[in-house]
Amino acid sequence: MTSGIKDKVAILGMGCARFGERWDTDADGLMVEAFEEAIADAGIEVAQLEAAWLGVGFDAQSTGPSGIPAAVALRLPDIGVTKVENYCASGTESLRGAVYAVASGAADIALAIGVEKLKDTGYGGLPTRTRGSRWDMIGVTGSAPGNFAQLASAYGAKHGIGPSDLKRAMAHVSVKSHANGAKNPKAHLRNLIDIDKALNAPLIAEPLGLFDCCGVSDGAACAIVTTPEIARALGKTDIVAIKAMQVVSSNGWEMQSDQWDGSYLHTTRVAATKAYKEAGITDPRNQLSLTEVHDCFSITELITMEDLFISQEGQGWKDVLDGLFDADGKVPCQIDGGLKCFGHPIGASGLRMVYENYLQLLGRAGERQRQDSPTFCLSHNLGGMPSQNVSSVSIIGPLGV
Amino acid sequence: MDVGILSYGLYVPRRRLQRNSIYQTNRWYAPGLGGLAKGEKAISNWDEDPVTMAVEAGRYCMDGIDRGLVESISLASTTLPFADRSNAGIVKEALNLSDNVMSADCTGSLRAGTSSLMHALQNSAMALCLAADRRKSKVASTEEMNYGDASAAVLAGSGEVIAKYLGGYSKSIDFVDHYRETGADFDYAWEARFVRDEGYQKILGSAIGAALEKLGISAAAVDHAVISVPVRGVPQKLAAVAGIAPEAVADSHMATVGDTGVSHPMLMLAMTLQNAKPGEKVLLASFGQGADVMVFETTQHLPAVNQRQAHFIQPGLPDTNYSRYLFHRGLLDIDKGMRAELDEKQPGTSLARDRKTVLGLIGGKCSESGIVQFPKTDLPVNTLSRATGTFEDYPLADRVAKVLSYTADRLAYSPDPPSYYGMIDFNGGGRMVAEFADIEEGEAEVGREMRMVFRIKAFDTLRGFRKYFWKAIPVQRGES
Repeated sequence: MTSGIKDKVAILGMGCARFGERWDTDADGLMVEAFEEAIADAGIEVAQLEAAWLGVGFDAQSTGPSGIPAAVALRLPDIGVTKVENYCASGTESLRGAVYAVASGAADIALAIGVEKLKDTGYGGLPTRTRGSRWDMIGVTGSAPGNFAQLASAYGAKHGIGPSDLKRAMAHVSVKSHANGAKNPKAHLRNLIDIDKALNAPLIAEPLGLFDCCGVSDGAACAIVTTPEIARALGKTDIVAIKAMQVVSSNGWEMQSDQWDGSYLHTTRVAATKAYKEAGITDPRNQLSLTEVHDCFSITELITMEDLFISQEGQGWKDVLDGLFDADGKVPCQIDGGLKCFGHPIGASGLRMVYENYLQLLGRAGERQRQDSPTFCLSHNLGGMPSQNVSSVSIIGPLGV
Repeated sequence: MDVGILSYGLYVPRRRLQRNSIYQTNRWYAPGLGGLAKGEKAISNWDEDPVTMAVEAGRYCMDGIDRGLVESISLASTTLPFADRSNAGIVKEALNLSDNVMSADCTGSLRAGTSSLMHALQNSAMALCLAADRRKSKVASTEEMNYGDASAAVLAGSGEVIAKYLGGYSKSIDFVDHYRETGADFDYAWEARFVRDEGYQKILGSAIGAALEKLGISAAAVDHAVISVPVRGVPQKLAAVAGIAPEAVADSHMATVGDTGVSHPMLMLAMTLQNAKPGEKVLLASFGQGADVMVFETTQHLPAVNQRQAHFIQPGLPDTNYSRYLFHRGLLDIDKGMRAELDEKQPGTSLARDRKTVLGLIGGKCSESGIVQFPKTDLPVNTLSRATGTFEDYPLADRVAKVLSYTADRLAYSPDPPSYYGMIDFNGGGRMVAEFADIEEGEAEVGREMRMVFRIKAFDTLRGFRKYFWKAIPVQRGES
């Protein structure tokens, strides 16, 4: 029986670039911006880094292949840099690599950095791309909103939720995130919206309107991790530790068997179950302080609340409308503004979520700071499409809790 | 054993462009087209071509008949998508016919369909004769008002024929009433009065008379005269000259479908058979650098096939979107946006490997678990035994499916936006995420019944290739 990752690895420092349409800089510049903040926060020399992982989703757009772009941009000290790509979980995968390296004893201090330069594509939304020779003959070249919009049709049909009720709950998700993002100087979109603006926006992929979709941005975020012992030796007192890191990839069950009904994320449920076990959480609705989930689309966030077992199945939309996930609610979700306001630079997003949870745990979130001493803070990524995807659930919290 | 027609099928695309909508846009330039601005014409979608339309007519024609019995397949058209790649061969894959069939493309004349049918009737092998055309026409031309898209199929052979072949007569004369050079987009047509007098009347008219004389059939005995001439009054005139009763002259369907080129004689024949009774004589006459005339006599087996085919004839959907029509024929350079720049290169290797998966929509049924899966894989989904190679071929194209989830996507590029797609579950097992075609606003819903159609998936404009695959369309009332 595995002993899990809980409290074996500490976060020594983190950094996050300002997300947005960064016409002024490229992937290298974004990485430097996040890294300089993290290395200062960690209080170490660059020469002390022993291994690094780079998360990038669309390398052709952003950095080019391999881990070399990070080694060059950051002038890393002749160490191994591994590039990881796992759809929208790429940033979390880079952290998992660094965390596992430290936990195994292979490295004392390791770096995880994620970056994406999306705004060199020339159009909104994620880049179109091929997915291998067989898929290209039989798959649908849709869009991310189109793939996720289907959740709404199946969820609404399964639970008998009228289109206008569901649309209103989805709108609430986005209104709440904009209210949070407006308080975050690093967010891309900092405007407030009201429910009518969200409801009346042009359709992108039925039933998702413009404000049901997250932004598309450039960004980078990074983490430096070590053992709790080394963190203490370096003078850290409030130590933030990794409690759980779980990643689950679809094996074709949703797409190819006839057992999945299209209304939920199978991988998220499995990853959450494993992560709660790893972190020692038995009652997520009451034990989780904060969540940063993969709100690529409003419907994804709403359904994720059920898949994380915070809401009962079929009841998430009511919890949303009741304000359970608002900044002043019981379990705030996207207190930093989420993908909705940060946009979704694929490789950076997972680390950006952990960054907010880290700031909240250390009481450094400024205007957004929760005053109730957060403990377990969860972050979640979902990559691919609901019918075939990768899902990650990560939990951090104070060491020893 | 009698030789003749065993079955027929026809496919008329759902959208019917209102001729007046063409005229209203172009009347500033060509007011003279006002006389033609009546009725409607069938127009295929952006993802249809003679190959896909032929597949559809072929499927209808073969309904209830063992496809394994087909010995040859021909596709007649003047607008075949490939100059060097057997177009009939693509249809053969989509219909999942045996690899042992003979296949041939027939082209070069509007008579290509009837000529290939006559060839087939001259021996007793079971031959699937298909005809399909999708002709382009210049904006504000007479052809634009007249031309429609459709396909038709006739299964020829021996045995329980629905119409016995009594014989035929052919004439070949290089009479250039219109022409289109290889690779050219548009027809060039000579004056209509000249064509009527010297072409239809002299060549086709004399061929009808000669055919009846050769076969020893009196004109008065002809119950249905299928004279495929898309000019009002001409079939009636030719019939009168030959001595055929006016009420025997078949409708040209110009008012509702349009002139469908090579398909037209067989389309008219199919529609005529649909309303014919056993024991009637049917004359089929087509024109194009000569003439083909054939005579059939219907049998007692006709009503059963008519009943089967009746539910495939779908009502049309009136369409007034002339600019979409132009765009779908490459006649309007709409800004497609950067999302349309995706490279659609098709590796020949993967198409060869997955030929049956892609062109035939063949999935697999696991011989151990009974699970149906698309596409087949080495290891089945939900495998417990870890055994490989357990999948047996399982055709999915003719199975009805139900929508599990869907969207109407306005971000992804589609020539017919929004792009509808979703997950569908086949009756009997198996599922896939499929594009939806020919779907109108309000027709998509969870639980909706869909059927599969063979369509163009994407064009590789850089290399001049088109990828085919299957899409789902809503089952309309009466079908399934």
